[in-house]
Amino acid sequence: MARIELDHIRHAYMANPQSADDYALKEVHHQWSDGGAYALLGPSGCGKTTLLNIISGLLKPSEGQIRFNGTDVTNLSTEERNIAQVFQFPVVYDTMTVFDNLAFPLRNRGLPEADVKKRVTETLEMLDLSDRANKRARGLTADQKQKISLGRGLVRRDVNAILFDEPLTVIDPHLKWVLRSELKKLHRRFGFTMVYVTHDQTEALTFADKVVVMYEGEIVQIGTPDELFRKPAHTFVGYFIGSPGMNIVPIKLDQGRARLGEHVIDMPGATPMPGKMELGIRPEFVTLGREGMPVSISKVEDIGRHRIVRAQLADHDIAVVVPEDGDIPADPRVTFVPEGINLYADSRRVETRG
Amino acid sequence: MEKTYNNKAWFLVLPVLVLVAFSAVIPLMTVVNYSVQDTFGNNVFFWAGTEWFEQVLTSSRFHGALIRSLSFSLVILAIQIPLGIFVALNMPRKGIGVPICLVLMALPLLIPWNVVGTIWQVFGRGDIGLLGYTLRTLGISYNYATDPWHAWITVVVMDVWHWTSLVVLLCYAGLVSIPDAYYQAAKIDGASRWSVFRYIQLPKMNRVLLIAVLLRFMDSFMIYTEPFVVTGGGPGSATNFLSIDLVKMAIGQFDLGPAAAMSIVYFLIILALSWVFYTVMTNYDTANR
Ligand SMILES: Nc1ncnc2c1ncn2[C@@H]1O[C@H](COP(=O)(O)OP(=O)(O)O)[C@@H](O)[C@H]1O
Ligand SMILES: [Mg+2]
Repeated sequence: MARIELDHIRHAYMANPQSADDYALKEVHHQWSDGGAYALLGPSGCGKTTLLNIISGLLKPSEGQIRFNGTDVTNLSTEERNIAQVFQFPVVYDTMTVFDNLAFPLRNRGLPEADVKKRVTETLEMLDLSDRANKRARGLTADQKQKISLGRGLVRRDVNAILFDEPLTVIDPHLKWVLRSELKKLHRRFGFTMVYVTHDQTEALTFADKVVVMYEGEIVQIGTPDELFRKPAHTFVGYFIGSPGMNIVPIKLDQGRARLGEHVIDMPGATPMPGKMELGIRPEFVTLGREGMPVSISKVEDIGRHRIVRAQLADHDIAVVVPEDGDIPADPRVTFVPEGINLYADSRRVETRG
Repeated sequence: MEKTYNNKAWFLVLPVLVLVAFSAVIPLMTVVNYSVQDTFGNNVFFWAGTEWFEQVLTSSRFHGALIRSLSFSLVILAIQIPLGIFVALNMPRKGIGVPICLVLMALPLLIPWNVVGTIWQVFGRGDIGLLGYTLRTLGISYNYATDPWHAWITVVVMDVWHWTSLVVLLCYAGLVSIPDAYYQAAKIDGASRWSVFRYIQLPKMNRVLLIAVLLRFMDSFMIYTEPFVVTGGGPGSATNFLSIDLVKMAIGQFDLGPAAAMSIVYFLIILALSWVFYTVMTNYDTANR
């Protein structure tokens, strides 16, 4: 168990990085607290795997320091860091039995055979693989193989952290749900630090205490699911979290108000500032009615509990969530709920009130 | 998957059958023809039955050659397979070293066999050869033309030099096809270098190794040109392998009947042993499923 500190970590795969774009990880300065369950969320190619490999020691960062409980481990090997990692695609040792696959990391560390047997049996049971314990791993299906990969991580309970790199991608939805609850249970029982990479927001939001959102090689926000929803720190978080994503429209900022085309939106406390200004508002905080700014509706999607109205506001596409029984007037207009308004300068959120 | 049966498919196989008939079956039939007949020239043949086969199979000359050839193949496999694996494991996986190594490895394979023989024949000579001369000045009495052991060592080293690269290249192809994730997982699992070899690399090389063993066995069991050029089968009959003996019998002594019978026995032995290798190695493979 350990608190993991990433101290100004940067990483470039090429030898002589010139500009910021050459870095797969631009700058990560962050702490994973001991025993925390984190979800690492971000689009493909944003550097999630790179970050995990740096934590586990498979990759040495170009710059920066990694500390476990305050001790510098930057130059320690994977083995010395004692970290379990489960990869996106199943890795099994073909010629071994399922049992031996799970026992492998324990035996390599010289655990007494009696303990090995106990832990492997327990883990196999949890993964519902007991009946295959003595079968060769080779003939198994992809999701059984992935369970074995997962199992090799989970048998090791005394690890500093377990890192999961999109481990359930190849697993069918029902089993996914089952395994996710098992992971949660294990986490509660053994309290290891856990980082769970995914690009599926529901998975991230249901799984973790804290969600870490990455975008283009940077951590753009760390927060509870609720914070990510209400106050996205970056326009990307706004888009990425929520369904549909946040409406982002360019504005001009004056003293105390914003201009969107010819419309004026009151923003007490706002002052003009340099940079590209945008207003972000979640579709849930847009009210459709007979007052406010006129919009033209292009589409109405009925998705059960509510309807999503796609519309044009001053030439920008926006989405509005309307209750199932809500009324859609012939001359539609929208207003923004003030609490739902977020202001962005160069894609980063700026605080306007308080 | 359901297979559909259609006898018209045989027509598609026909061209291949015709080709194989002309290139293999018909020449083979001539050999069969010779093996059961006797002739005193002038194209007059007498039926000889199994006489030649009995003669060949009971002759100590054939037994000697067979044992020499088998031992040679075993020695070759025992050296080239582990050595090939070892070299392949130590070849670079990326960077400028890769093309350099690959070209260096491919070079010996590109040299014609009789040239290889000639190179080593000269290389080993005590008067003008670099190897022979150096050994002699170091005080080692080395002479492949008079000492059977020296002749054997020379022929084995020559074959190792000539053909190990084939094993290397095959193993290398097997190794580079292993995804990085396997090595990463092994690191996470704390696997030793030996475990990585035993549980990741060796299983992934299994198929190419089968090919390597088959090719190297068949090739070394049929070796002719190189030892013929270097030692001519000598000294005495020390390096008189099956193929060399066969040619001596057929062309040197013009004993076509026994030579033909020997060819057929020779062919059947290769076929049988290759089949044994193949089944043993593929069974090992499926037993692991
Ligand atoms: N081994 C590598 N060599 C060079 N570039 C790499 C390598 N691995 C990843 N990258 C690059 O680094 C960036 C981040 O990749 P990665 O960490 O795999 O992203 P993610 O896991 O979030 O999809 C990508 O642009 C990718 O192309
Ligand atoms: Mg990835």
